[in-house]
Amino acid sequence: MNKVFSPENIEFLLKGAGVSIALAFGALVIGALIGVIVAAGKLSKVKILNWLSNIYVELFRGTPMLLQILFFYLGVPVLISMVTGARVRMNVYVVALVALSLNSGAYQTELIRSGIQGVDKGQWEACETLGISYWTMMKEVILPQAFKRIVPPLVSEFITLIKDSSLASVIGTGELMYRTQALGARYYNYLYPLLIATVFYLVMTLCVSWIGKKIEKRLAVSD
Amino acid sequence: MIRAEHISKSFGKLHALNDVSLNVEKGEVVCLIGPSGSGKSTFLRCIHGLEIPDSGSRYLDGELMDPNDKKKYGEQRERMGFVFQHFNLFPNKTVLDNCTLAQQSVLKRTKEEAEQVALEYLKKVGLLDKKDSYPNALSGGQKQRVAIARALCMNPEIMLFDEPTSALDPEMIKEVLEVMKDLASQGMTMIVVTHEMGFARKVGSKVVFLEAGKVVEESDSESFFTNPKSDRAKDFLSKVFYE
Repeated sequence: MNKVFSPENIEFLLKGAGVSIALAFGALVIGALIGVIVAAGKLSKVKILNWLSNIYVELFRGTPMLLQILFFYLGVPVLISMVTGARVRMNVYVVALVALSLNSGAYQTELIRSGIQGVDKGQWEACETLGISYWTMMKEVILPQAFKRIVPPLVSEFITLIKDSSLASVIGTGELMYRTQALGARYYNYLYPLLIATVFYLVMTLCVSWIGKKIEKRLAVSD
Repeated sequence: MIRAEHISKSFGKLHALNDVSLNVEKGEVVCLIGPSGSGKSTFLRCIHGLEIPDSGSRYLDGELMDPNDKKKYGEQRERMGFVFQHFNLFPNKTVLDNCTLAQQSVLKRTKEEAEQVALEYLKKVGLLDKKDSYPNALSGGQKQRVAIARALCMNPEIMLFDEPTSALDPEMIKEVLEVMKDLASQGMTMIVVTHEMGFARKVGSKVVFLEAGKVVEESDSESFFTNPKSDRAKDFLSKVFYE
């Protein structure tokens, strides 16, 4: 048995997988919050809000995630010192979470917006004729129906985030990919660490896929 | 009770309504009939305010309905119930919750009060046993009866029906018309867009025949069907009745 498979090394990689999934989940939740707010901005009648929302979405969807991560890690400290003169060192975990969240927020904005707009026009009209207020309508009628439509794309967004969190390895965030490379370098053999990482990533993504299908089934009760 | 004067509405280049007026007295059942695209649904939606008319005015008990006076306009609209061709029940809520949502959030009734009212109307439309079902488990006729009950729960003084039986299978039509007939016999003021000539004749008190966004003929329903005045109405009736 190769030395790479020692219990300590496996534990080392498992912890990395834990960091990966925590980053991805954190970004999914924060991204959803951003998504709801920015989608509301996009659907708003106020022009300036439409504008700002569009700029945000296009900016984060239109540039590489790697650039965004490096910008927050290397670019923002320079910006801060230019403005305040203070020297700051960014926490790699915080930077990774912020970059992933903002990136995911842009994609989730579009998911949520199309989910809301996909709800049948008649539902809005029924609420109007019953005198139901905008917020009650959103909470009780529109969002529950929109949510059901966006569960499948939301699940693939989570899977994308698990994979994309590996990009944070470039700034030294101790997630699965970073640790995989560290082990490979230590033993001058990348094959086994990469194979283990492959299995770990697949286990994570397949589990998410499976849970997603369960949720979808449960939500389908009223169909 | 409700009066619409000189209503016009265009969608782009299409003139859907061209100077249409209507006066409905309390307890009247007015049927709007006419060929497809004649503007009858648009007119009904304009009366309620689902579409804002380009020009013309609406009066409820002699008082102007002014969309700029938000509070009063909202209260005026609450006095009207609306039933859609495609039901528009909330698929994520049970039949009972469909009927209680607006009662609780708009009329501020307690859950118990709202449920009591809802059960009373569900019983009236004969669907008490379906109260815990989701809409998609119901037939079209049942959905439409729930939609009527849901509107009635808000205690409207006028009920507007937009082709309530047009999306139904033939054998479901009667159960919905029966509910509407009962409602009419209890004195509800109703405006009904319909292709059901039998209903218009038997239950309707007045018939308004529209074509191309204009009123062609308006008369009491019996004389409209036995002795139509305009050639266009004669032609229409000869085509819809198969003898």
